[in-house]
Amino acid sequence: MKYLIESLSQVFGNAPRRIPKHEQPEELKAIYQGKVGALNKADLEAAREEHHGVFFQKWKRRRWLTLLAVNLLFLLSYKFDVQLLEGAMTASRFIGFHFADLNSALQVMLAFKHVVLNLVIGTITVFVMWLLLGGRTFCSWVCPYHLLAEWAESLHLWLAGRNLVRDRSFNRKTRSVFYVIFALLALATGYTVFETISPTGILSRALIYGPGVALIWVGVLLLFEIFVSRRAWCRYVCPIGVTYGIVGALSPLRVSYNAEACHHEGDCRKICEVPHVLDMTIRNRAHDINQDVTSDCTRCGMCVDICPTGSLNFTIKWLDRFS
Amino acid sequence: MSEDGKAARPVDNSRKARARREFLRSAALTVGVVSIALAGLVPVARGTTARLRPPGALKDLLDEQQFLASCIKCGQCVQVCPVNAIRLADLDDGAGIGVPYIEARAQACDFSCDGLQCVLACPTGALTHELNYPADVRMGFARLARPETCLAVQGRGFKGLARGPAFNGRLRYQEIDRWTPIAVAEHPYDLALCDLCVRQCPIEIRITECVDKEIKRAEARALGRLDRVAEQHGNECPPQHAIELRPLDRGDGVMRMSPVVLDGCVGCGVCEMICPVQEAAIVVDIDQVTNWG
Repeated sequence: MKYLIESLSQVFGNAPRRIPKHEQPEELKAIYQGKVGALNKADLEAAREEHHGVFFQKWKRRRWLTLLAVNLLFLLSYKFDVQLLEGAMTASRFIGFHFADLNSALQVMLAFKHVVLNLVIGTITVFVMWLLLGGRTFCSWVCPYHLLAEWAESLHLWLAGRNLVRDRSFNRKTRSVFYVIFALLALATGYTVFETISPTGILSRALIYGPGVALIWVGVLLLFEIFVSRRAWCRYVCPIGVTYGIVGALSPLRVSYNAEACHHEGDCRKICEVPHVLDMTIRNRAHDINQDVTSDCTRCGMCVDICPTGSLNFTIKWLDRFS
Repeated sequence: MSEDGKAARPVDNSRKARARREFLRSAALTVGVVSIALAGLVPVARGTTARLRPPGALKDLLDEQQFLASCIKCGQCVQVCPVNAIRLADLDDGAGIGVPYIEARAQACDFSCDGLQCVLACPTGALTHELNYPADVRMGFARLARPETCLAVQGRGFKGLARGPAFNGRLRYQEIDRWTPIAVAEHPYDLALCDLCVRQCPIEIRITECVDKEIKRAEARALGRLDRVAEQHGNECPPQHAIELRPLDRGDGVMRMSPVVLDGCVGCGVCEMICPVQEAAIVVDIDQVTNWG
């Protein structure tokens, strides 16, 4: 329940909850005290060095392959008429079963004010799927815009490293405001207003049915992210992320943090798309020795990859009860 | 340095000032993105996005609000169409982006899927399942827009490729291949009097088929057995003719005919596509459908 509330709070833009020191378990305090000065710069470099082995970025590779495979499956399924995955990211049939993107379905329901059974089936199927797989897992493992935004982000960081651009942050609550505005607009105007500018839908359709002028809008977004604000669309605008963030709050698939192994050097927060979810990795901020990362996390696994001491790992909550 | 010589105000970097700037930026972002999204309503409100839509589209003539609202913009209808008649609108349609339409002159819907596959594929009911047969469709209504250019009106025949060798459109010619549509550019005609709009009308083709089957069925009955195929397909015969050629007498002795659109026209656009004159003499209007049935 605590996880659910804290997850929703962060998804809607609140800062991670901080607890007073006296509420921290004694064991956690002991870990913090024991680690003062335990790891000097040389030790940390050595740990990093050792970590950059063969399996470095294994989750990133798996994720990119999955993202490309899913999106190419849409394309190949249509081009070669194999009927494995028909449709686009907004709605599809996977070997005949209806799938509907939750946010697209929501927009249609609010604008149309009427729901046919096939859409209910598709929506429930996708809801259950992301309930099991982690909600915002959709963002980093499937959404075609995410991949382009990752490349734009690399460029942004490269330029920022040379002081050529500066990341201008926005208030994270802006995304919640967008979520409410787009829901109300669909309801009030009777049109799926958000779909007009959704780069996820635009890119998916462009890939499958051929490019169009709508790609210019996607280009504008990427330029904005490169030169003005790092990962702005995903962080501050996209209501799809909010929808899946809510679903993910109920999901057993999470990234789990262990304070014992952590050295608080902050490599994970530097690469994270949503660094507020890793607040517990800052010294003295954890609530417990083991703590799950909230559902605003996209389960991209970059922190799992980069952590030199194995403090962050994928976990499936409650699975131990069945073993 | 500003003009009056005073030093530029130093940037206030206090926490409060930074929070204030972030708030202003966030407000600007909200207004900006919402304005751009709302701009998508302009083409819709101006009515420039009304188009010929696939069979069963939830719309009332030029009022497409229900259709645009219910469409989830996935293109599953595009994927099942055997003649690739369906396209998805681009960003210039604003909120109508990703919504399917048909460019009849380039590729009309010829119902060669038989079962209204696009309707069956639609996951949201934007193409309503409330119709079963091509004759139930109400996409638009054909009109002889340029009678003076019509070959039949001029009393002329037609020989050659209806739309030239470079035309990409396809049609199903039942007599050639019952199942697979072929390129119109692979099917030359030789007609004493041009009747392409009537000859290729899917509704008229179906009616002819039904009549043939009815004859066969009567023969089978006379022989004391029932033709099963005819039994199965009996209920999808279009109840009304869609188009016919009527004699036109201008008192000059020339044998002329004029295409006349009838109540059974569903607005599929095949007549507009196949019309061999440069600018189609017959077109499909979307602000009208048959008031029959």
